[in-house]
Amino acid sequence: MKMKRAGYFFKSFITAIAVLMLGGCTNLHKPSVYYLNYKAEQDEAWHRLAKEYTERTGIQVDIVTAASGNYETTLMSEMGKSSAPTMFQIQGSNDVQNWKDYCYDLSKTGIEDELTSDVYALKSEDKTVAVAFTLETYGIITNKTLLEKAGYSADEINSFDKLRSVAEDITKCKDELGFCAFTSAGMDESSAWRYKIHLANMPIYFEYRDKGINTSDKIDGTYLNNFRSIYDLYINNATVKGSELAAKTMDDARNEFIGKKAVFYQNGSWEYNALTESGAFSDDELMMLPIYCGTENEENQGLCTGTENYWCINSTVMQEDIDATVDFIKWCQTDPYAEKFMAEQMGFVCPFKNAEESKNVFMKQDDEMTKKGYIPVGWAFSTSPSYEWNNTLGSALTKYAASGDDDCWKDVEKCFTAKWAEEYELLKEG
Amino acid sequence: MATRNELIKKRYFVFFVLPLLAAFTVGFIIPFIEGVWLSFCRFTVIDNASFTGIKNYISAFGDKGFRAALWFTVKTALVMVLLINTAGFVFAVILTREIKGTAVFRTVLFMPNLIGGIVLGYIWQIIINYVLSVVGAPLLALNSTAGYWGIIILMCWQQIGYVMIIYIAALQSIPDEMSEAAQIDGATYLQTLFKIKLPMLFSSIMICVFITLTNAFKLFDQNLALTSGEPAHATEMLALNIYNNFYARPGLMWRGIGQAKAVIFCIIVVMIACAQFRLTKEKDGEYNE
Repeated sequence: MKMKRAGYFFKSFITAIAVLMLGGCTNLHKPSVYYLNYKAEQDEAWHRLAKEYTERTGIQVDIVTAASGNYETTLMSEMGKSSAPTMFQIQGSNDVQNWKDYCYDLSKTGIEDELTSDVYALKSEDKTVAVAFTLETYGIITNKTLLEKAGYSADEINSFDKLRSVAEDITKCKDELGFCAFTSAGMDESSAWRYKIHLANMPIYFEYRDKGINTSDKIDGTYLNNFRSIYDLYINNATVKGSELAAKTMDDARNEFIGKKAVFYQNGSWEYNALTESGAFSDDELMMLPIYCGTENEENQGLCTGTENYWCINSTVMQEDIDATVDFIKWCQTDPYAEKFMAEQMGFVCPFKNAEESKNVFMKQDDEMTKKGYIPVGWAFSTSPSYEWNNTLGSALTKYAASGDDDCWKDVEKCFTAKWAEEYELLKEG
Repeated sequence: MATRNELIKKRYFVFFVLPLLAAFTVGFIIPFIEGVWLSFCRFTVIDNASFTGIKNYISAFGDKGFRAALWFTVKTALVMVLLINTAGFVFAVILTREIKGTAVFRTVLFMPNLIGGIVLGYIWQIIINYVLSVVGAPLLALNSTAGYWGIIILMCWQQIGYVMIIYIAALQSIPDEMSEAAQIDGATYLQTLFKIKLPMLFSSIMICVFITLTNAFKLFDQNLALTSGEPAHATEMLALNIYNNFYARPGLMWRGIGQAKAVIFCIIVVMIACAQFRLTKEKDGEYNE
């Protein structure tokens, strides 16, 4: 009897599974959007925008956020699933190498036409693989009030020599003033990117500019002395000794700036919210100086403006989903509600033709400077051959900061010349 | 009747074993086989892999960084196993004697084991960097010797309590009559400890050595948080080297190489485990005779 009952249950179970599976097959596919988002700060805002879009169009938009450290791993595993993301993010040309086979060609979708400039689209073999959705700028964030206390005005700093004389003067009188020139140039993992990526942009950019190129597998190092000058200025006029920088974090530098312990702080427009929300600053007290490093005509140099935020559409999902995703992106680019939402709620400065103006004081300043004819410095660092290259540079810079001797600087130079070429060779193999 | 029971047992055997077997197959055997397959491929995600032969293995063995990481791991593992087990055993011996407050000491010593590796790594990074700055030595990110000893200190701090608990349990399971008999026969305390108790603890020692050795080889979180391989990969252990290999360079080839390294890594750990298992079996047999 028991055996019979067991057999009966087993049969029912199999039947139930079969019915469910058949049901699943007959269910018609409804187009939907699945966005794997990289920016954790905007996760909640994306959910709200997605909900609004669903209410208006009936198209389901799912947002999943993988924080920066986990993005690549999450993307890899999600892309292997049957319900893969229809829309994902990449950071620049390095990522194009990995994901180009998964990128839908955006050139004929009309998405690219909404960009204010071609430079905001990433291409691979005549295919537009990604479009930028927010711009950022970086430079030397300056506390105007402290600078005035030291007896200077930001307007008079328009070259490396002037920046140096101001910084060195502040260092000389730091005990009387109660503050230093620069916040700590921390080389801990959380902060080192400001130097091994962002500051390293300067010698690469100027070399490209002279050669009239956008990328290269070889760096001559023409501007490495300029790079050394600005790095020396940072470490010799900072709140801490160079030997302590190895352990200084991003939070340390930010707290020093918010705590009014230093006038200058190299960082970007993304820092605006953290600075103003701290309550320590009003918009009038903050401005951003270009990173002067003693190149020719630097009085016309602007801020470092570019992006590491690109949208891609997954080419391996169903065509209906691709079309739904194209529509969603176009809506974000053109709809007044979405434009306003992205500018105000997410703090984005979108490179779209109808974009709303940002409230971010640094982005506004960048806009004004560009209009006045200052030449923005492009983000040449995105052509670096690998993260491995940046990490090697980081190690060399940390060592140099601790000792300041010429031998250590030679390692930094080697990193730009030999290591760059070596990593590009490996890239070709890959 | 017996045959009928056997028959039922056989039938139900499938019901009981199948779920576990299915879970093990889905969660371990299939990913493992797929992992081995991927180590011979170029790939972005696992379903678009293309076969490239043993190229990945040639690159993995040719990688100086990988060999350096292997050597660093062996150096760290040996010292770590020795220190953790010796200290764990000493604490166990002390805390099984009749001293006041043994329960408190046991708890305190075991507690670091409850904290995650990443948290421990960052806490010890702050402590070690502080000490280094006080004595005027280069900080962790510039100092591979400090990094090496830092990892060992951290792991000792985390694992001594754990092996101590295993040794305490083993020591307590030795019947009092045996030590009493030894004492009556005129054995000193140390003689009892080394000639009577230690041989009886052999299987526990082997378990602890196995746990600490495999933990040392698989070490990742603590390494990532404490030194992150700095300066210039000098304190990079095997697992971190594989991770960095996977993500530090663009290009599909690197993932395959990372996967090949992971397979080599797995073989090394399995070999250690097998060798030790064999040794334990042989020795255990000797003592039991």
